[in-house]
Amino acid sequence: MRLEVDRLLDDPRTRIIVCCGSGGVGKTTTAAALGLRAAERGRHVVVLTVDPARRLAQSMGLTSLDNTPRPVPGAVRDPRPGGSLHAMMLDMKRTFDEIVEAHSDPDRAAQILANPFYQSLSSSFAGTQEYMAMEKLGQLRKSDEWDLIVVDTPPSRSALDFLDAPQRLGRFLDGRLIRLLSAPTRVGGRAYLKVVTAGFGMVTGIITKVIGTQVLRDVQTFVAAFDTMFGGFRQRADDTYRLLQAPGTAFLVIATPEPDALREASYFVERLSQDRMPLAGLIVNRVHRSPAARLSAARSLAAAETLESAPAALIRPNEGSAASPGRYPLAATALRLHAERMQLGERERRLEEHFTGAHPVIPVVEVPAQPEDVHDLDGLRAIGAELARAADPAPAAAD
Amino acid sequence: MSARDTDWEGVRLHVVTGKGGTGKTTVAGALAIALASGGGKVLLIEMEGRQGIARLFDCPPLPYQERRIAVAPATATLPGGDVYALAADAETALIEYLEMFYNLRHAGTALTRLGVVDFATTIAPGLRDVLLTGKAAEATRRRYKGHPVYDAVVMDAPPTGRIGKFLNVATEVSGLAKMGPIHAHAETVDSVIRSPQTAVHFVTLLEEMPVQETLDGLAELRGLAQGGLQLGGIMINMVRPAGLPDDELNAAARGRLDRHDLDLGLKAAGLEDSLGLATSLAAELGDHAREALAQRAQRHRLDETGQPCYELPLINDQMDLGGLYQLAAALRDQGAA
Repeated sequence: MRLEVDRLLDDPRTRIIVCCGSGGVGKTTTAAALGLRAAERGRHVVVLTVDPARRLAQSMGLTSLDNTPRPVPGAVRDPRPGGSLHAMMLDMKRTFDEIVEAHSDPDRAAQILANPFYQSLSSSFAGTQEYMAMEKLGQLRKSDEWDLIVVDTPPSRSALDFLDAPQRLGRFLDGRLIRLLSAPTRVGGRAYLKVVTAGFGMVTGIITKVIGTQVLRDVQTFVAAFDTMFGGFRQRADDTYRLLQAPGTAFLVIATPEPDALREASYFVERLSQDRMPLAGLIVNRVHRSPAARLSAARSLAAAETLESAPAALIRPNEGSAASPGRYPLAATALRLHAERMQLGERERRLEEHFTGAHPVIPVVEVPAQPEDVHDLDGLRAIGAELARAADPAPAAAD
Repeated sequence: MSARDTDWEGVRLHVVTGKGGTGKTTVAGALAIALASGGGKVLLIEMEGRQGIARLFDCPPLPYQERRIAVAPATATLPGGDVYALAADAETALIEYLEMFYNLRHAGTALTRLGVVDFATTIAPGLRDVLLTGKAAEATRRRYKGHPVYDAVVMDAPPTGRIGKFLNVATEVSGLAKMGPIHAHAETVDSVIRSPQTAVHFVTLLEEMPVQETLDGLAELRGLAQGGLQLGGIMINMVRPAGLPDDELNAAARGRLDRHDLDLGLKAAGLEDSLGLATSLAAELGDHAREALAQRAQRHRLDETGQPCYELPLINDQMDLGGLYQLAAALRDQGAA
């Protein structure tokens, strides 16, 4: 089944598109290409990227992206459909700070922001990035300034982190242990401690030994100042989670035709259906197809060998019998390259079939490998056109 | 070990990093085999808990325990060697240390159940890293009857974006306990990582983004290098030969190939509709040439770093032990091991 990208982009009910997949599969480029195409077809689009490597910035020809959406210069050449394109890069620390500022009085906010534990939590906790990406997505959706938000998920080692990490952070901040540990600094904490077993004393002892008293003190003051916000954190994570399940959200799983990427895509697809998240389809990037698919790898190789070992029988039409071995090096090279490409394409097809065999109802679209890196809007347009290309007339393996 | 000259003589801990998708684990595996051939015993350590090594070597999931996963091929003059592997995780490492220092034999399970380990490594992110690097440093230093147990240790390290923090152990845990096992441990780890015994290698592809991340990573580690951190080689993965002389490569990239010549060649090879085919193959050649030229430009950027570069050929089939041996041989031929 082919994924109909334009139908998805044109449908006014599509409000959020989430691009997910493992690292290095071209998520950012795909998100940017989808955003640009949607904008040029009349949608008011914002692309949210979470990548510290500023790849989206590069591929959109921008030099800086900050925590606010900026118009992408040069996008939407034809003003007739009336679309627009903005892009922004998530600043996770800034986003976290804003939540703190919005939910506490200035004094307390300043106290929290200055806390060393908060600083490490907001800039390096595994999961903060995912949580803040979700948070920002929720904010953008709420502002209702754009009718389509395209999100590029954080470069986690696993695509599943995007779904799991926000809850993990919420659970951690809400957790029993963080409260128990900080109990002595809180009113009524002592009464609570009395019912805790002696075993727990040993546990806090070990924690103190391992992480040190200073860190523990930082955690305690953080908890004391952060107290009123704790419940809110899990609540916020839950809200955004529900937003992802709502109609109007479409997940696109991105992969390349390689075993690891497709395995990761498989996990993710299964997880989405488990969590009742709306999956729109699979995008397979960097697929190798040949315009001369009717010449098989085997025949191509055989032909190359014929040319390379050519005896006198193979003569240039106008050259009498002077033919020497390797008379047509260019043709031989072309044939060898073609054979390689066909073999690669065949291997990719098998891997993809493995995926579609396990997930037969998921619409798929392939994007051919680009000979050069995409780093301008024209490159993104070309990718967008490939994504939306009408059903493949080509190979037999399509069925 | 062999008496050959290699570029990393004296290095016993090889840290392998790279951008996601560049084949970091594969290259780490190949390097381990390359280092083991000639009679060595090498330990390959996974740091990310993805069981990528088990998949690569086609063996059951690795436990937190060193086990032999491959034999390096013997050469005509030298015996083969052994590759051991270990999947390190912070939780098990922490419990191991607590047992060692506090004799808390059964406390480990209780701590895990309470989520204490997760909690401790969460509120102190540097702790997780120091436990992981600690395992590699310990294996590097381990001796039996006066001899090192492993000739070399290869660490399949976190991706380039995180490598600086990961290796900068001392600073990252400086806020932690000033005494006790973790602090002492961090100092030991630091002394191994910042010594001529350790080198950090980068895996990349000849594509813009991975090359950029490599350059960024090198720049970041250079900042730490004053403290004795040694930068290693750049391992360029999945390299394809250009296949054409330069003039033809340039012509093909611009779509100015002599199609007539191609057509004649195809005819001579007995392929029908050679003209239509020549058009398609010329288009393929054009793609190939543009790719090759773009790669050459990226290669130039890598050369300018001054770090030694090693090329690993693209293995056309799915990666298996045979492919790993091929990559290992390429690394050895170029002096990386």
